[in-house]
Amino acid sequence: MNRVQGLWDTSVGKKAVMAVTGLIMLAYLITHVLANLTVFQGPAKINAYSAFLHGTGGALWVARLVLIAALVLHVVAAAQFTARRRAARPVAYAAGREPQVSTFASRTIRWGGVLILIFIVYHLLHFTLGTVHPSFVEGDPYHNVAAGFGNPLVVVFYELALAALGLHLYHGIWSSGRSLGVSPPSPHPLKRQLAAVLSVLIWAGFAVIPIAVSAGALR
Amino acid sequence: MNLTLHVWRQPGPGAPGRMVRYQAADISPEMSFLEMLDVVNERLMETGEAPIAFDHDCREGICGSCSLMINGVAHGPELGTASCQLHMRSFRDGQEIHVEPWRARAFPVVKDLVVNRSALDRIIAVGGYASAPTGSAPDGNATLIPKDAVETAMDAAQCIGCGACVAACPNGSASLFTAAKITHLGLLPQGQPERGRRARRMVEQMDIEGFGQCSLYGECQEACPKEISIDTITRMNRDYLRALTAPDRAAAAESD
Amino acid sequence: MELNSKVPGGPIEQKWDKHRFEMKLVNPANKRKYTVIVVGSGLAGGSTAATLSELGYNVKCFCFQDSPRRAHSIAAQGGINAAKNYRNDGDSVYRLFYDTVKGGDFRSREANVYRLAQISVEIIDQCVAQGVPFAREYGGLLANRSFGGAQVSRTFYARGQTGQQLLLGAYQALEKEVARGGVTMYPRTEMLDLVVIDGRARGIVVRDMITGRIESHAADAVVLGTGGYGNVFYLSTNAKGSNATAIWRAHKRGAAFANPCYTQIHPTCIPVSGEYQSKLTLMSESLRNDGRVWVPKREGDNRPPFEIPEAERDYYLERRYPSFGNLAPRDIASRSAKMVCDEGRGVGPGGRGVYLDFADAIHRVGAETIRERYGNLFEMYQRITDENPYEVPMRIYPAVHYTMGGLWVDYNLMSTIPGLHVIGEANFSDHGANRLGASALMQGLADGYFVLPSTVSDYLASVAPASADTSHAEFRRLEAEVAERTRTLLAIGGKRTVDSFHRELGHILWEKCGMARTAAGLEQALAQIPELREEFWRNVNVPGSDAELNQALEKAGRVADFLELGELICRDALDREESCGGHFREEYQTADGEAKRDDEHFAYVAAWEYTGDLRHPRLHKEPLDFEYVHLAQRSYK
Repeated sequence: MNRVQGLWDTSVGKKAVMAVTGLIMLAYLITHVLANLTVFQGPAKINAYSAFLHGTGGALWVARLVLIAALVLHVVAAAQFTARRRAARPVAYAAGREPQVSTFASRTIRWGGVLILIFIVYHLLHFTLGTVHPSFVEGDPYHNVAAGFGNPLVVVFYELALAALGLHLYHGIWSSGRSLGVSPPSPHPLKRQLAAVLSVLIWAGFAVIPIAVSAGALR
Repeated sequence: MNLTLHVWRQPGPGAPGRMVRYQAADISPEMSFLEMLDVVNERLMETGEAPIAFDHDCREGICGSCSLMINGVAHGPELGTASCQLHMRSFRDGQEIHVEPWRARAFPVVKDLVVNRSALDRIIAVGGYASAPTGSAPDGNATLIPKDAVETAMDAAQCIGCGACVAACPNGSASLFTAAKITHLGLLPQGQPERGRRARRMVEQMDIEGFGQCSLYGECQEACPKEISIDTITRMNRDYLRALTAPDRAAAAESD
Repeated sequence: MELNSKVPGGPIEQKWDKHRFEMKLVNPANKRKYTVIVVGSGLAGGSTAATLSELGYNVKCFCFQDSPRRAHSIAAQGGINAAKNYRNDGDSVYRLFYDTVKGGDFRSREANVYRLAQISVEIIDQCVAQGVPFAREYGGLLANRSFGGAQVSRTFYARGQTGQQLLLGAYQALEKEVARGGVTMYPRTEMLDLVVIDGRARGIVVRDMITGRIESHAADAVVLGTGGYGNVFYLSTNAKGSNATAIWRAHKRGAAFANPCYTQIHPTCIPVSGEYQSKLTLMSESLRNDGRVWVPKREGDNRPPFEIPEAERDYYLERRYPSFGNLAPRDIASRSAKMVCDEGRGVGPGGRGVYLDFADAIHRVGAETIRERYGNLFEMYQRITDENPYEVPMRIYPAVHYTMGGLWVDYNLMSTIPGLHVIGEANFSDHGANRLGASALMQGLADGYFVLPSTVSDYLASVAPASADTSHAEFRRLEAEVAERTRTLLAIGGKRTVDSFHRELGHILWEKCGMARTAAGLEQALAQIPELREEFWRNVNVPGSDAELNQALEKAGRVADFLELGELICRDALDREESCGGHFREEYQTADGEAKRDDEHFAYVAAWEYTGDLRHPRLHKEPLDFEYVHLAQRSYK
C-alpha cells in the first residue's frame, strides 16, 4: 500500500483526512466569524471587507476551491465511515447499549453534519447567490444580513444549524488532534478545554447575528 | 436476592437468537456474576433444560475470556472490572438484568453468550510483537529503559484482549485493543525496529477484520477492565501516520 | 516399564552443556519435513511452539480456550526467579539450585534443577528482548524483589501481572509464527486421546469444541504442556477450564505418572465465602514481604481485629520461624495456618482464615508506598470481599494452587512413551515435593524456550520424518473409542449435575488428602472415590448433544478423568509413609509439628504405571541421589 492510498484506504488514514479537512474548514470559520462580527460596526466596515475579498480575484477562488475540496473529502469520508460502522455491527444489541461517557456532541455528529451540509447549501443560496433572499443586493452584505433575517423561520433554521455546528466543533476540534496523533497524553483524556472554548466562541459569534437582527439591533 | 434475567439464547452460529427470561431466586450478594449464572445453569440442568453457554476461565479478571454485555454496559456497572469480578452486591434485589454477547461483525456469535474473537489474534499476528527468536537476546540490563517509559508501556500492556472496547464502541472499533499493543511495544527500545511496520500492518488488519473506525467517543476506555487510556489511540494514529510519511527500512524492504 | 533418567555424566555444572553437544541435530533442510504437536499454549506450550517453528519445524498447537493468550499462566502474579545476582546479595546459579532442591524438600532430581537454575538467566534476557515490561529502577536497570522461601532478591516482576506479561511475550512470538505459516493454531480444540503406534507417540485425537467433530492429527513427536491438575480439588486457584485430561489419557496409554500426591497449597488466598463458590483467588505471595500474619491468642476470640490488643495477637510465623518469619515457604505457611485454625483460633466466617495485616507496613513506609507495591492486589481483594485492606487486615486461607506431580519425564523431558514429551507444570520434574515462589514461570519458560527445543531435535533425529499419518488403523480405533465415550456420557441421563460430582470429589480430596493426611483418612478416600466414580457413570446428567458447543459435556469428560486421577493421588499419598514438602502425613512429624522425611526409605520418585485396573497401578521407583546438596532436615527457624 503506498502512502497516498494509506491515507484513504485505512480508517486511521481516512480519519486523518477528516481531521485535516475539518481543521481547514475551522480556519475558514474563524475568519468568517471575525468578519461577520464587523457587522456590528456598521455597514461601512463589512461592506468594505466584502469588497476587499472580491477584489482579490484569483485568490478568492483558490480559497473557495480548497474549501470545496475539503468539504467534499470530509463529507465523502463521513459517508464511508457511516457505512463502515453500520457494517461493523450488523446485529444491534437487543436491550440497547448504554452510553457511559460519550458526549451528546459526539453521538449527534453524523446527523448534525447532515444538517450543517443542508445549511451550507441554503446559506450559499441565501447570502452568496441570493436566490432564496427576499431582497438580495450584490455587494451590500450589511443590507442582505439585515433583510435576510426578517423571516423568523429563517432565524430558527440558522440557530438550529449553528447549534449543530457548535456541537460538531466541540467534538471535532478535540478529536482531530487525537486523529492526527498530536494531542499530548493526559491523565484525563476526555477533557477538552480548548475545544470547548473555541467552539463556544465560534458558535456565539455566528449565533448572535440573526438574534440581533430579530431583536432590532441591526437594521 | 431475587432477580429477573433476560439472556440472549442462540443455538449456534448463524442461527436465529432471542432474549429469554429466567428467574434467579435466592442469589447471595457475595456471589460473582458468573457464579450467579452457574447457579441458574445448575437449576436449568436439573429441570432438563440446556444451560446458558458463556465464556469464562480464570475468574480473576486476567484471562479475558468473560465477555458479557450487562444491561447495555460491557462487563456491567463496575468500573475497571471484568464480568467475572463483578459481584451481585452491585445489583438491587428485584432488578431486571439483560445479558447479551459482544456484538460485532468481527465477533460472530458461536452460541448463546459465546463469541469468536480470533480477529484479535490475527491483529497481533501481523505485527503485535518484537521479533526476538529464542537464543538471540542480549543481557536484560544491556539496554537501560527509563522507569516512566516502562510504567506507561505496562499500563498499555495490561490489555487482557477481552474485546469489551469493541463491544462498547458505537462503531464496533478495535482501536483501543490495537493501540494498546502498538503503545506497549512502541514505548520500549526493543519495539523500535519494527515500530512503523507494526503500526501499518496492525491498522490495516483491523480494517480487514471488519471493525469500525474510531470516532473517539471514549466508551472503550470506560469499558476497559484494565482502564487503558485512549491516549494509546493517539499514539497509534501518530505511529501509523509517521509510518506513511517515513516508512522504516523493514517496511520498505517488504514486498507487499 | 523402565525408568531411565538419562542424566548425563560429569560435574553438575557441565552436564547440560555436554549433553547439548552430544545430542543429535536435524539438518536445517530436513526440519520442515517434521511435524510436532504441542498441546497447550501457556508459558511452556506457547513458548515451545514458537521456538520449534523458529527452528523450522512444522508445529500444530492446540488449546481449549478461544485464544492461546488465555492459558492459565496468564494469572501468575508475583514474578519469575533468575540467578542474575543483579543485587550483589550473594545469589548465584548454585544458590538458586540449592534453594530449589532444599525448598522441594529433597525430592527432585539434582541435574534437572541445576539446569533450570542455569537457564533462568537466559529467560530474563529472552523476555526483555521480546518487550516484556519488567519493573525497572529509576536508573533504567531491572528491579527485583524477594519472595517466599528465599533470602536473596532474585525475583523479576511486572507489577502483579508477571505471568500475564511473560505469556503475552510467548503468545506474540507464537502468533508471529502463525502468521509466518510455521505454526497452525487450533483453538477451542481439546485433546481427548494419545495415539501410540509401535510404542511411539504418533499423534492425538481431538474434539473440535464448536462443531463436536472428533478428528486426528499425526506428528513425529507430541509435546504436552497442558498444566497442572489442581482442579481435581474442585476449589483451587486454577482457571475453571484447567484440567488433567491430556496427561491422564496419556497416562492410560503408557506414560508413568510421578508423585501425584505432591500438591501445593498456597498460603495466601481469599477464604471461601459460600457453597456456591466456584473458584479461589490467590493473593500474591509477595504480600508477605510487608504483611504480618496473625490470629488471636485466645480460642474463639471473635472481636474485630482492631479491638484485639497487640499482646493478645499471635504472630505465629514470626514466633515459630524467627529467621524467615512471614516469608517461610508455602507448605510451612499453609500448614501453620491450618494448625491455628484447627485450634479454633481462625478468623472470619467459619473460622477458616488468618489475618494478613499491613498496619505496621503502612505505618513504616506510608500508605502510598504500599499502594505502589500492591495497589492492584488490594483493589482485587476489595472487589471480591468488599473490605478495604488499607484499613482492615486481609483475611487469607490456604488453597490448592499448583501440582508438583505430573507425568514422569527423563532429563530430556520425554515421558515413558518414546516421542511423548511433557513440559511445564504437566511434568513432575523440578520442584520435588514443594515449589518455591516465582519458580513455576521459570520452569515453564526454561522447558519451553530452551530445553525442549534441543531435546526434541535429538529425538526427531532418531526417527524418519512424516513417519505417521492419520490413515493408520490405530487412529480410527481411538477416534471410535473417544466418540463412544462421548455418546455414553450423553446417554446416561441421570439426576446429578457434573458439578455436583466434582464438588463432592473435591471435598473428599481436600479433607483427606489436603494439607494434612493420615493413613486412615486416605483409606477412606480410597473407598469413597471409586464409589463416587461408579455413581457418576450411572447417575450423571449431561444435557445437549455432541455436535455443538456443549460446556457440560466438556466438563463431564474432565471430571470423569479427575475421578480416576483422584484415586491415584490418594494411593500415592498413602504409599509415601513420610512427610515431605506439600505432602504432610500426620503420623510422620517431629515433636514440634514439623515434617519428618524418611530419606532412607523414600528418597525416590514414585512413578505409577497404569495397568488397566485403577485399583492396582504399578509403582516404579526412580532413586534420587544427592551428590551436591546434603540431605538435611529443612529448617526455616
